[in-house]
Amino acid sequence: MENNVLLEIKDLVVEFHTDDSIVHAVNNVNITIHESQTLGLVGETGAGKTTIARTILGILPRPQGKVRQGEIIFEGENILAMNESRLRRLRGNKIAMIFQDPMTALNPIERVGDQIAEAISLHNKVTNAEAALRAMDMLEMVGIPRERFGEFPHQFSGGMKQRVVIAMALACRPRLLLADEPTTALDVTIQAQVLEMMRDLKNKLNTSVLLITHDLGVVASICDSVAVIYAGEIVEYGTVFHVYDNPGHPYTRGLFGSLPELDTDKTRLKPIKGLMPDPTNLPEGCKFCDRCDYAFDRCFKDSPPVVEIEPGHVVRCFLAGKEGE
Amino acid sequence: MPALLEVKDLKKYFKTSNGFLHAVDGVNFTLDEGKTLGVVGESGCGKSTLGRTILHLIDSTGGKIYFEGKDVTDPSRRQLSELRRKMQIIFQDPFSSINPRMSVSETIMEPLQLRGGLRKQEIVERTKELMATVGLAERFWRTYPHELDGGRRQRIGIARALALNPKFIVCDEPVSALDVSIQAQILNLMLDLQEQRGLTYMFVTHDLSVVKYISDDILVMYLGQVVEKAESDELFRMTLHPYSKALLSAIPEPNPHSQRKLISIKGEITSPINPKPGCRFMARCPYVADRCKEPQILEEVMPNHFVACCRCREINDI
Repeated sequence: MENNVLLEIKDLVVEFHTDDSIVHAVNNVNITIHESQTLGLVGETGAGKTTIARTILGILPRPQGKVRQGEIIFEGENILAMNESRLRRLRGNKIAMIFQDPMTALNPIERVGDQIAEAISLHNKVTNAEAALRAMDMLEMVGIPRERFGEFPHQFSGGMKQRVVIAMALACRPRLLLADEPTTALDVTIQAQVLEMMRDLKNKLNTSVLLITHDLGVVASICDSVAVIYAGEIVEYGTVFHVYDNPGHPYTRGLFGSLPELDTDKTRLKPIKGLMPDPTNLPEGCKFCDRCDYAFDRCFKDSPPVVEIEPGHVVRCFLAGKEGE
Repeated sequence: MPALLEVKDLKKYFKTSNGFLHAVDGVNFTLDEGKTLGVVGESGCGKSTLGRTILHLIDSTGGKIYFEGKDVTDPSRRQLSELRRKMQIIFQDPFSSINPRMSVSETIMEPLQLRGGLRKQEIVERTKELMATVGLAERFWRTYPHELDGGRRQRIGIARALALNPKFIVCDEPVSALDVSIQAQILNLMLDLQEQRGLTYMFVTHDLSVVKYISDDILVMYLGQVVEKAESDELFRMTLHPYSKALLSAIPEPNPHSQRKLISIKGEITSPINPKPGCRFMARCPYVADRCKEPQILEEVMPNHFVACCRCREINDI
């Protein structure tokens, strides 16, 4: 990965303030995305994945969502310091987002072609006719015949709608695509089609992708690197080969142990015991300590350091790299 | 010993303004006591409708259902209330399948109260037992569902289904709405319960890896019909129907070294309204031929391995 850094998230802390408590959604997250890299952000419900993506785009719910600390550097500029009109020029143009549910991401009473063309004319000086032509090209690129330009979302199936959403996101050739569970709502055969298409388009357009998912299989099939997030903290980061071949954090191992696999005959799964901690009341030391089989007294008191267990593969755990001791 | 459940040529058509929607179209299987039948397919293939028709939550259009050797296709009221005791269902979504205005204990107690003949103290005792069985701590007795996470809610659904000691449970995507670590907890719980109580499951899901883990036999469904039926291990070792192959290859494997080739099938599931008589997978099948326009018969291609594909032998060199 010799490419330039495109996006750098530094020490990001995001909180949600409710009437009587503070939800610690993102805690000291550092992420770097290089040009044309695909980074998978894996974690379970409530781990803070979507909050990170929303913070990058500056669309945290207001007034509850607050960035307490940190910087997000995109092409050398801190996004968090930008004003609304600068942000608006960035969104949908240089950074685009695909949302999880294609059924609700499209406007039901507008023709799909117009919805794509809108994104194009918003960010480019083009006539309506040019925008429409480019929208048709985009449709074709995602495998939808251009004749369907004038149809409405309800005339498309789920997989087709998600293709429209992807076409919309890629219409302005963004440098960075934030894909939030883009295939979770789809059937497996359709998911496979969409993933294959995303892989092709990413290579063709040289877009960097932050893929948010809970599915370790999807990550393995499309990502270069992976960051595992737990209770708002990145607990493990590395290339997919490093992390899948040699998972270092007990949580990552737990995730793999919970998966029923097709190729092996597991007779019993090894689930992670317990539940994710309450984000309004996180444990003092390691966030995973209550569920960890290896936890010892220090884990309950101090926050574990980030340890590099092999070049480019880091783990946030006291025991990282001390196997067999 | 006769099978616990036998289904013969079961059909369920829904009337729509454009004609009949063939949700379940001639399904046959037998299920022995203590075993698990996995039913896999994509959305709209009729797998949930199959489960609900067997439970008489919806009426069948044709075919026969035998339970414990008796014909229960058209049960009398009395027969039905007895059946309901023996057959239960666990629903997919633990967020919408539980009454939000009833506490955990009330929800689990309700079937026991409806059954009648139990004293209040007995009901409370049984409810406590059930909560312990599914791993719900007693401190949740007065808790309401919105205070609980998905995994715990699904445990309520399981406890409620177990309340009347059923023999047979239809599990309709019971873990799809849960995170993987919680999913594994619930799957293990269901396996434990099966061992302890000799339960028989029909496990409906779109997730092939889950179905492999939990099932003895598997039915692969496509547009209301069974396209392949075999023992679980056999099906994964020797996948014969083109659709099953595509379905299997489409699962993203959690292994970046995977060399598995994606068998890409074009297009999407077609409409089940007034389907043509031929193979329903024809439009998406890479092996399509003229013969596919004729109705496909579920044939025993190998011992205990049934496939509904006229080109099956030729494609797989059998």
